[in-house]
Amino acid sequence: MVKVNGELSQADGLSVSALLEQLGYSQLRVAVELNEQIVPRSQYDSTTLSDGDTVEVVRFVGGG
Amino acid sequence: MPIPSYDQMYHALAQRHGAELQEKFSAASVAVCGLGGLGSNIAIHLARAGIGTLHIIDFDCVDISNLNRQQYFPDQLGMPKSQALSGTLSRIAPYCRITAHNVKLNEVNVPQLLADSDIIIEAFDNAEAKAMLVNTVLESFPDKFLIAGSGMAGMGSANSIVTRKVTDHFFLCGDGVSDVSGDMGLVAPRVAVCAAHQAHMALRIIAGIHDV
Repeated sequence: MVKVNGELSQADGLSVSALLEQLGYSQLRVAVELNEQIVPRSQYDSTTLSDGDTVEVVRFVGGG
Repeated sequence: MPIPSYDQMYHALAQRHGAELQEKFSAASVAVCGLGGLGSNIAIHLARAGIGTLHIIDFDCVDISNLNRQQYFPDQLGMPKSQALSGTLSRIAPYCRITAHNVKLNEVNVPQLLADSDIIIEAFDNAEAKAMLVNTVLESFPDKFLIAGSGMAGMGSANSIVTRKVTDHFFLCGDGVSDVSGDMGLVAPRVAVCAAHQAHMALRIIAGIHDV
């Protein structure tokens, strides 16, 4: 199991890109932290989630 | 009336904040990226607190549509925001070292323009620009502190705006969901609440308090 934004999820084996698609989030409006490390945008396709990982997906909305 | 001397102003700040805290505030360097409703308020809070060095950055000019929530004056319409705000900050805190950049931040210039700041505050309005800055800062400067804002539009409760610690060096303020849309604009107090969260988190970090 992978912890995604504090909740356990069966995201094992998914790439970051696939997880974002599942969540319905645009890659251009998020920042993704995997085990407290930023995942560079260029590595969303090649980074695969494993059992025990903790993922924080921060989604940005407009306004400021 | 002549303005107070550096020593007089520093003494007044140290009396309010305590000598130890003021020493930390005066030694700190903070970058405010985006000088709209969030950034103009954040920079003013930090200048009032006696932050020693402020880098203020925006590519835009003051527009009449900004005046409902941003810290500009009708006689500043058309001026670059960085220049207009620099003038206001100099009146509030004449001994603050202010560097004003009239430039649009991108993946290429962020690493050089933000290298000198201990704390970087994201205060853009566009969601994709926010994400670009946050990603670039977290990749380029993993040891700096980053405070971003997301979700402060509309007439929702001010109480739903919070500061969240995402990781050790990354804090996020806002309600996380209230997007700007057709008829859901930004009102001064709710944006200012978010700005105050961001500015206060910066002061807490400088004070050595790293939780929320």
